[in-house]
Amino acid sequence: MAGGAIGVVRSPNIVHAALFLIVVLVGAAAQYIVLLAEFVGITQFFIYIGAIAVLFLFGIMLTRAPMGSRTDFDNDQRWPAAIVAVFLAGVLVALVVDAFGNDKIRLDDQLLETSRTGPVGDSIFRNFVIPFEVVSMLLLAALVGAVVIARRD
Amino acid sequence: MLAADVALNQYLILSAFLFCTGVYGVLARRNGVLVLLSVELMLNAVNINLVAFSAFTRNISGQVFALFVITIAAAEVGVGLAIVLLIYRNLRSPDLDRVDQLKG
Repeated sequence: MAGGAIGVVRSPNIVHAALFLIVVLVGAAAQYIVLLAEFVGITQFFIYIGAIAVLFLFGIMLTRAPMGSRTDFDNDQRWPAAIVAVFLAGVLVALVVDAFGNDKIRLDDQLLETSRTGPVGDSIFRNFVIPFEVVSMLLLAALVGAVVIARRD
Repeated sequence: MLAADVALNQYLILSAFLFCTGVYGVLARRNGVLVLLSVELMLNAVNINLVAFSAFTRNISGQVFALFVITIAAAEVGVGLAIVLLIYRNLRSPDLDRVDQLKG
C-alpha cells in the first residue's frame, strides 16, 4: 500500500499512476475491514474503486495524455516538495508517537456489534440527518456544476 | 469469539505517510489529473484516521464522517476533472503550470 502511494506520485506513466491509486484504495478498504468497519469498507470498494478510479481513467483519456512514459509530468519544485513532505512526515510521526504511543485498539465482539451496518445507518439517519441532506444537495450541485463546466458550447 | 489488540499507532503512521505522499504529489506534479490523484491520497489518509479513532473510542460517528468524506471526494473529483477538461480544451494541455494568465 505504501509502495502504491509512492507509485502514484512517482510513476512516469499517467495510466500506471491511476492504477497504483487503485492499489492504495484496495489497501485502505482492507484496513477498514480489519478495523471491523464493514460498511465503510464496502462503500470504499463501490465508490472509490468502482466510480472514482474509472472517472480518473476517463479524465486521462479525455485530456489525451500520452500513454507511454514521459518525464515532464513533474515540475521543477520536486526537491522543495520532497523536503516539505519529509519534514511534515517527521513532525506528524513524532506527534503521533508522543500522543498515542502505547494505545491499543481492542477488536472484540462488542466492537463488531456496535460497528455493523445497522448501527451506522441508525447513526446517519438519527444523529446526522441534516448533514446527510446537505450532502445530497451538494452532490446535486456538483453534478449540475460539472455538466455546466465541461459542456461544449 | 473475536479478541485482538492492534496498536493505534500503526494506523496513524500509515495515514501520516499517505498524507505526506499526497502533499508531495500535489506540490511536485504538473499534470492536473495527477494532482487530483494526489488529493485522493490525502483524503484516504484522513479516512483511515477517522475509522481508526472510531474503533479506538468505540464511537460510530467516525465511520459516519468517513462516509461523508467519501461522498465529498466523489463530488470533488467530478468538478475537478471538469475543470481540468476545461483547462485542456482552452490551453491544449492539461499542465497546470500554463495557467498563468493572471501573472503580473
